[in-house]
Amino acid sequence: MVTQKTGFIQAQGVRKSFVQPDGQTVVALQDVQTEIQPGEFISLIGPSGCGKSTFLRLVAGLIKPDEGSFTLDGVPISGAGYERGLVFQDPTLFPWLTIYENVAFGLKIRGLYKEKKDDVKEFIKLVGLEGFEKAYPHQLSGGMAQRAALARALVNHPKVLLLDEPFGALDAFTRMNMQDELIKIWQERGTTTIMVTHDVDEAIYLSDKIFVMTPRPAKIESIIKVEIGRPRERDLPDFLKLRAKILQILNFAGKREDIQYYL
Amino acid sequence: MQKSFDYRTLIPTLSAVAALLVHLLVPNSPKYTQKQVPYFTITLIIIIAVTLIIAFVSLFNEGLRKKYAFKSWFIATFILFLNLLNLATLKLMILQSIYFPSPDRILKVYVEEWPFLLKCLGYSLRLLATGYLIGAVLGISTGIMVGWSKKWSYWVNPLIKLVGPIPSTAWVPIALVTFPTSFQASVFLIALAVWFPTTVLTSSGISNVQNAYFEVSSTLGARTIQKIFKVALPAAMPSIFIGIFNGTSASFITLMTAEMLGVKFGIGWYINWQREMLSYANVYAGLIVIALTFSLIITLMFRIRDRVLGWQKGVIKW
Repeated sequence: MVTQKTGFIQAQGVRKSFVQPDGQTVVALQDVQTEIQPGEFISLIGPSGCGKSTFLRLVAGLIKPDEGSFTLDGVPISGAGYERGLVFQDPTLFPWLTIYENVAFGLKIRGLYKEKKDDVKEFIKLVGLEGFEKAYPHQLSGGMAQRAALARALVNHPKVLLLDEPFGALDAFTRMNMQDELIKIWQERGTTTIMVTHDVDEAIYLSDKIFVMTPRPAKIESIIKVEIGRPRERDLPDFLKLRAKILQILNFAGKREDIQYYL
Repeated sequence: MQKSFDYRTLIPTLSAVAALLVHLLVPNSPKYTQKQVPYFTITLIIIIAVTLIIAFVSLFNEGLRKKYAFKSWFIATFILFLNLLNLATLKLMILQSIYFPSPDRILKVYVEEWPFLLKCLGYSLRLLATGYLIGAVLGISTGIMVGWSKKWSYWVNPLIKLVGPIPSTAWVPIALVTFPTSFQASVFLIALAVWFPTTVLTSSGISNVQNAYFEVSSTLGARTIQKIFKVALPAAMPSIFIGIFNGTSASFITLMTAEMLGVKFGIGWYINWQREMLSYANVYAGLIVIALTFSLIITLMFRIRDRVLGWQKGVIKW
């Protein structure tokens, strides 16, 4: 693994609340005090309402915290920027651009396309979409579209890669393939990665650390280090033990009915 | 050879031959007093020649053969219609000859007055293009501002709602006294007619763009101006085209009305003038010119749309 020195995230006393349409204030995230080391792969896991997407959007700079702050390499995050690339569950490729143009989008708007043209080809190759450069998004399968979205985020060489349930809409087989591809890309590039997921197995399979989050109050309940060597096998005793542990934390924290879904 | 022949490719020719025979063999109505002209005969001979050539070429070209065979019934029926019109006018005089001239008379207008007609058409097109371009550019810009910015929407939207629905022809009296020339007045009216639907559909197109596109583009490094022109505008393009298309038909109506009411030249003015002189052959000649021109413009716009919105194929069906 290539460790890069940038991509160090710190959260200090972060709190975020939203006002609902009926006027009630809901605390979406509180007491966030944590550090993410450069090159780490972090998963945020927990039931709906635990604030994991809020966490991600705060780091992306799409929303601002009420209190406290996130910093990236010591600089407070005050808005969205290319150094924090984001991939949603829905690929949200621009339907009016070809795959090539989608991937090139970030370079073009930053005025770097001419000098970094080769990167576009390189990242299309990296995600295995060679030959689909001229296709439009609607011609691609869900998995392929998600690869393109990943390439589009990576082409900017972000310090941090933010993934919001990136494989949530894919079938089980494609999902496992994509997980392997993601790990490969992450190991190759050493980009700090934060992924929101519903899937405990996915979190254990991919992450260095898992932030287990709970609703009411929405916060990080515990941080679990995944000390299993890579490549990982999904049926090894260590894997299963960790899985039971995470489920137990979620189980204690939430109601039983909530948990059924994650089993 | 047997396989490559489709009997349907000869139907238009047969229909044209029938029309020619009727025209030559059936005597003119005794009530018909005007001088006989040969234009319908010539036209039919040309049609026969052209359809024969197409039928012949289609023996060797499968694509053309299929297309032509498919259209053949329509073309033949259209020629039959000319044939019946000729019968009802020149031959039998069933229709009132002042208001329903024979095909010969209409063709005669083209033969004798084509330079003048062309000049009128050119004048109309210049007027249409000027007004249309101004209206479309202003419409798209207003639409972007109103669709993007809440402040603009607050101030301009009520104005659009109030002024927009007024048919632009209702502005004729005001426009004619406000602008120094009737040309400028008409440009204003046409621009207004195009402006309204373009504005409304551009702004609704832009305000309906999924927020996720903006979020993704800002994490890719887009600034506000880039979000407007690289994301909002292309995403709203389908809607903008609908606005432009609505504007196009509105602009045709306005152009004709303006020319019939105040402008001193152009194809609409020509039709109105000829109507006053009871020269209905010229009126029809003018109408046919308008029909062909406008349908050509619409076809051209469809082509442009298909090119610009090529990415939509398979996403949205028109």
